[in-house]
Amino acid sequence: MPDNNSYPNLIIDGLWRNNQALTALLGLCPLLAVSNTAVNGLGLGLATTAVLVASNSTISLIRNFVRPEVRLPVFVLVIASFVTAIELGMNAFFHELHKILGIFIPLIVTNCIIIGRAEAFASKNNLRHSLVDGLSIGIGFTLVLFTLGGIRELAGQGTLFDQAHLMFGEAARGLSLKIEDFPGMLVAILPPGAFIGLGLLIMVKNLIDKRVAARAKAKTEYAEAAQGLVG
Amino acid sequence: MNSRLSILIAAGILATFAILGASLVAFTHSATKERIAANERETLLRSLRALVPPDTVDNDMVSDVIVVQAPEWLGSERTRVYRGRKMQQPVAAVLTSIVPNGYSGPIKLLVAVRYDGTLAGVRVISHKETPGLGDKMEASRSDWIYGFNDQSLGDPPLEKWHVKRDGGEFDQFTGATVTPRSIVKAVKNTLLYVQEHKEALYDRQATPPATATQG
Repeated sequence: MPDNNSYPNLIIDGLWRNNQALTALLGLCPLLAVSNTAVNGLGLGLATTAVLVASNSTISLIRNFVRPEVRLPVFVLVIASFVTAIELGMNAFFHELHKILGIFIPLIVTNCIIIGRAEAFASKNNLRHSLVDGLSIGIGFTLVLFTLGGIRELAGQGTLFDQAHLMFGEAARGLSLKIEDFPGMLVAILPPGAFIGLGLLIMVKNLIDKRVAARAKAKTEYAEAAQGLVG
Repeated sequence: MNSRLSILIAAGILATFAILGASLVAFTHSATKERIAANERETLLRSLRALVPPDTVDNDMVSDVIVVQAPEWLGSERTRVYRGRKMQQPVAAVLTSIVPNGYSGPIKLLVAVRYDGTLAGVRVISHKETPGLGDKMEASRSDWIYGFNDQSLGDPPLEKWHVKRDGGEFDQFTGATVTPRSIVKAVKNTLLYVQEHKEALYDRQATPPATATQG
């Protein structure tokens, strides 16, 4: 099925149909730990995306001359090098955000999504497809982190984009919203809130998928019925 | 023979990637090293200036640092003391005290003590307390930590250096008593230590920065 690798297909797969956080439930450790505010989620999501794009491209380039018996160590080496380089870069350019995300940036190495895409996709596909796959999977993961972070932040402390200046500079302070007189529900910030929030997101995705499927089915039935009338 | 060759090739590939990866990391490290050091210095300077206003001192507090050892008073084996001076006269000392008995792990503090023994202020640098309950000691979440400003061992008197629940002068916060109780104790111990070693703290030669930044 050559069409499976068409760019629109890859993008829809990464963002929605095969969203690694919502369908495969990979990368749970950072997903649950860092999604306490929207800005934290966005920061870690973008760092993960950068690593994914870099590692997918590299692994796709070297896929033909890395022997199968050493491929996993080589993948881990490639991923770990990129993660360390990106961690140093974040420390240099987003120092405050780097301090907040702390241990979770080096821990990107252990994010199963990255080695999963390296093994399942990049090692079998050409550079351009792997690059698009890395980008869309990464953005899909970032969107989930960001949404979950936003929900938990809003429910937990009544703010949205709190500390946005850590990422976008002082000018972004105005982005931060605050609901007055809302102390927040503590549970949303604590670890259980992450599980509940993720569960709700998965529920919403499944509901939408089901509705879309039902509509598509109704459409084909209607078309068939119409054809029957004409025939 | 053939299998030995293939092992060698595999090892060669692995070694090549190890070298490439290490070079990438080494290159990034040397490209960002100075900027990271500058960032860390900037962050430290900003938190020192929040406690000791820049117009009250004229020396470089970040470099004028010594390391002292008094775990029973200051909570850790190595405590850094940043000294602020104006015209060579001591103004204030900022200590990196640690609260050993927080509700969930140690709490790192900056305690700024003026030369006359009053507190210029206290800030929490890092902690693992429960969000929403124990984190009210962060300056960005409540005013509680400002309650230490201008206090000293005589005011309130030493026996009043407790939270209100224990018959002292300091507020506790709703839902968390352990955290404020241990912070008050740690600040009191720091003040006692500074009172005892006041002259020595300011007289000692500054430690070279390389050894001072560790620990």
